[in-house]
Amino acid sequence: MSTLGRFLRNPAGLIGLLLLLLVVAAALSAPSLYPDDPLRLAGRPLQWPLTNPRFPLGTDNTGRDIAAEILHGARISLAIGLVATLLSVTIGIAVGALAGYYGGWVDDALMRIAEMFQILPNFLLLLVLVAVFGSEIGTVTLAIGLVSWPASARLTRAEFLTLRQREFIEACRTLGMRDAQIILREILPNALPPVIVYAGVVMATAILLESALAFLNLSDPNVPSWGNLIGAGRAVLRVQWYVSAIPGLAILVTVLAVSLVGQGLNDALNPRLRGRP
Amino acid sequence: MRLLALASRRLLASLPTLLLVLVGLFLLLQLAPGDTVDALTAQIGGGDPAMMEQLRQFYGLDVSVPIQLGRYLWRLVQLDLGFSSIYGKPVASVILERLPVTLLLMLSSLLLAIAAGTALGILAARRVHRWPDTLISTLGLVFYATPSFWFGLMSIVLFSIYLGWLPPGGFEEIGGGLTGLARAMDIATHMLLPTVTLALIFLAIYLRIMRASMLEVMTLDYVRTARAKGLGEAGVLLRHALRNALLPMVTLIGLQAGTLLGGAVVVESVFALPGLGRLAYDAVTQRDLNTLLGIVFVSALLVIAVNLVVDLLYARLDPRIGGRA
Amino acid sequence: MTALLAIRDLTVRLPPRGDRDFALQGVSLSLDRGEILCVVGESGSGKSLLAGTIMRLLPPGIAVAGGNLRLAGEDLLALPEAAMRRIRGARIAMIFQEPMTALNPLRRIGDQIGEMFRIHTRLSRAAIEERALALLTEVRLPDPRAALQAYPHELSGGQRQRAMIAMALALEPDVIVADEPTTALDVTTQAQILALVRDLQRRRGTAVLFITHDFGVVAEIADRVAVMQHGRLVESGTADAVLNRPGHPYTRSLIAAVPPLHAAPRPPLPPGTPAVLRIEGVSKTYRRSGWFGRGGPETRAVADVTLSLPRGGTLGIVGESGSGKSTLARCVMRLLRPETGRIRLGDTELLSLPATAWRRETHRIQMVFQDPYASLNPRRRAGDLVAQGPILHGVPRAEAMARARALFELVGLSPDSLGRFPHEFSGGQRQRIGLARALALRPEVLVADEAVSALDVSVQAQVLRLLADLQKRLGLSLLFITHDLRVAAQICDRIAVMRDGHVVEEGTAEQVFGAPRNEYTRTLLASVPGQAWVPPVVAELA
Repeated sequence: MSTLGRFLRNPAGLIGLLLLLLVVAAALSAPSLYPDDPLRLAGRPLQWPLTNPRFPLGTDNTGRDIAAEILHGARISLAIGLVATLLSVTIGIAVGALAGYYGGWVDDALMRIAEMFQILPNFLLLLVLVAVFGSEIGTVTLAIGLVSWPASARLTRAEFLTLRQREFIEACRTLGMRDAQIILREILPNALPPVIVYAGVVMATAILLESALAFLNLSDPNVPSWGNLIGAGRAVLRVQWYVSAIPGLAILVTVLAVSLVGQGLNDALNPRLRGRP
Repeated sequence: MRLLALASRRLLASLPTLLLVLVGLFLLLQLAPGDTVDALTAQIGGGDPAMMEQLRQFYGLDVSVPIQLGRYLWRLVQLDLGFSSIYGKPVASVILERLPVTLLLMLSSLLLAIAAGTALGILAARRVHRWPDTLISTLGLVFYATPSFWFGLMSIVLFSIYLGWLPPGGFEEIGGGLTGLARAMDIATHMLLPTVTLALIFLAIYLRIMRASMLEVMTLDYVRTARAKGLGEAGVLLRHALRNALLPMVTLIGLQAGTLLGGAVVVESVFALPGLGRLAYDAVTQRDLNTLLGIVFVSALLVIAVNLVVDLLYARLDPRIGGRA
Repeated sequence: MTALLAIRDLTVRLPPRGDRDFALQGVSLSLDRGEILCVVGESGSGKSLLAGTIMRLLPPGIAVAGGNLRLAGEDLLALPEAAMRRIRGARIAMIFQEPMTALNPLRRIGDQIGEMFRIHTRLSRAAIEERALALLTEVRLPDPRAALQAYPHELSGGQRQRAMIAMALALEPDVIVADEPTTALDVTTQAQILALVRDLQRRRGTAVLFITHDFGVVAEIADRVAVMQHGRLVESGTADAVLNRPGHPYTRSLIAAVPPLHAAPRPPLPPGTPAVLRIEGVSKTYRRSGWFGRGGPETRAVADVTLSLPRGGTLGIVGESGSGKSTLARCVMRLLRPETGRIRLGDTELLSLPATAWRRETHRIQMVFQDPYASLNPRRRAGDLVAQGPILHGVPRAEAMARARALFELVGLSPDSLGRFPHEFSGGQRQRIGLARALALRPEVLVADEAVSALDVSVQAQVLRLLADLQKRLGLSLLFITHDLRVAAQICDRIAVMRDGHVVEEGTAEQVFGAPRNEYTRTLLASVPGQAWVPPVVAELA
């Protein structure tokens, strides 16, 4: 059975995929359903959901349409998640591959750098980066990618460490293959599956990190991020708790979708778990 | 003896890393627009250039960056973290005031996450692919996906505002004049929601890894040996599988010590806890870079300390670590 | 009802949608008090699942479908689980193949042996410790008191297996089931463990069900023999009858594949044959990396080895694990860099070549690896794996694929299978792919590192024949590394015996097997199981 077939037979993966498609659909439909700026004043502030047909999810404390903010927020969350994950996993794979393949002082040096990032609480480092470089959305995304690479580097390194000692890699070397070719064409394809699975975790973490930053008012205030909305809703938490509740659910669904897809991929790519009753 | 040697070796190895971290951060902060003096003068609503020059001299900002770095590192060795512009006190004393709250929050969350994560992970592994496993695994996924600050807010809405059972924030009742056991109880009620909030995501992670490693260990040869001895399932689980299955989780605790501290920043803001995280947040918003650097330094020490404890724990669990040499 | 353990018509079902439906089909066996019954078979014969069935410890999804299993008349398959637990360990004990993984790495040996008593008896702590100590003494561990406090990783492989045997003996069981207990051990250790099992079994009158794939071991230890193939019992009888007068064609083919322990008659190399490969004064030291460059203990894996391989001949390097033979092979292939020494291939000194020049020379010396599962990239098709080398050395792709096709025929694989992935081949077939890959570069020298060790005996015989045949046809020179003296005797012109990094003896195969000069060589030869038995010459069935 193909990997895709196994993935689709797995309930976790399938539910995750459906939820993810839902989020993607929300992101794609945002410009056509709500062509106006979601951050503009749309109506009377603090209308509860389901009370005004014009605002199915109600309005927040500054009179913005929550439904519009949710749909546009999906674009922001997915974009940040994807870009930061791509950056973080690319750095992680490059560092991990070099460290794992060459070992010795290359490994020592690269892992020392990874350790530096591990010693610093990543959220604190993120705060420092934002304090220094500002909180423009592109900067925040880069910063998230930068603080989260060490884990994928460790994972890639571990895979390379075991794979480089396998006899088929020794065979490639005895055939006269160059290091670059061995790394890219022989080891990497075999090392990639667990890293791809882990990318799901990285993306989930990236989305959560950005929303936490936005919640603290430290992310870009000029984009409709779900975290911003939750932070804004804090002021009216006592009564109009829905302002914070709705975007939180959106984050939950998105992160859940990404994690489930990751888990589904894991089950589909990991042959050991197959055939267990 | 083996443990002591291991501990000192580890501690020694982390020193150069710490040094690199500090140098890196110091240089990074040089890139920040404005310095302490700018922040100070902004606090008091501007100042004349002559006074600013004087202040720069006072704070040692008038010399070249390498000299500043050298002085900074020398002061750190003496445990002098500099002066906080927004609090008007030495950074070290500001941090020291806030540290206990963060330590308490981290420790209680970690313990909760470890205890509940282990128990649920084992339970799920024992009933793998049946309904208790499905329920626990699903719950784990949902916990993992829940933004902690949002969970905190929603629990405040439910438990403080609607039910009125627990206080919505703060470390203890201000001016309550409580002492002894009463004060401890008061702090406990204040810490309950923050602890659960911070623990949630780690609980989910530990539960997942515990389930996986339990499933893995139960297929290993020595578990089969234990069964072949005539040991019952409970004996196999407790005497042979558990200790081995704990090892991956212990490793993870060390790797995630930094993440835990980062999570505390957010949770402390939600519950208005006067801890290190809250201090970091204020330092960033008010551009108090001295304090921020100090906090990062202390956090790094904290993470190193946690990792040391974790290493010792691991070596205690696994006799293969460290060797006899 | 005389038999101690009586197995009748035992059938064990495998999970649906597997290669086959049954692991065991209609197996009937009986084991009497005081005898050793050897169950022999190749991989996939179901012999290990037989052990699991007797202990009622089958992996999930595998279940008994019929038959019965009686211990002293009591039907084990009908017992409730709690009653079965009282039998495990106490009346039927088990010894496993890999003593490292079969013992819990986090608990002390004494604790793990003591657990037997804690489960089944009400002895006091002190009494348990005393008994455990007595057991460790009985299995002749060098320092039983220290072993009591040791963790498994602190003992050697042989010591661990002794501890495992002590554990099995603890409650004086009626039956001991031993599942390939010496397969993971070196030959000298194996000889000691076999002697120990035999001795203890004689003294205590225990019945032993001994599962093995090795006819040498059978000849050494068995009172009776049962031969299994594809889950069925094909032949059983006394050791003498089965070993010397095998009736079933399968048994005969297995016995025919067992190499005799004397140098096979080979035409001697013409005098003055030049050396194609010369290893001169090669040393390799492993250093455990310490913190801040503080070096850990050093191991001299290869110590000042000088050897030469005559053109067109086979030089066997034999030794036990840790002797340095595989490290030496990897130094020859430049997979490891020795600190000192020279390796000359013809007139070229390999170790001093720059990396690019070495890559150009690789086609002259190639290697076949040990593990048929790990030596092929699982993501590449068999044809690509074979064509890869020539393509790297500048052969156009179409020509390289044609070469691969020809090589597939040469090594006895169907050219239709060029497009298949490694997992679609059996172990023996994969080893043939590895051989084709090495031959695709038309090397002068082939280094074979335990190339047939992972294979079943009948497949092993085929691959050895293929190697000998190819050597003759292609004029190859072979550097053949093995731990198996029987195999070395079959294929080598010259033999070098290694121990602890040193070559202790080197000479022609006849000389080394016929009149060994070194004390260690003699011990090694004396340890090969089943020496007294000369496999009968039986007509092998095609």
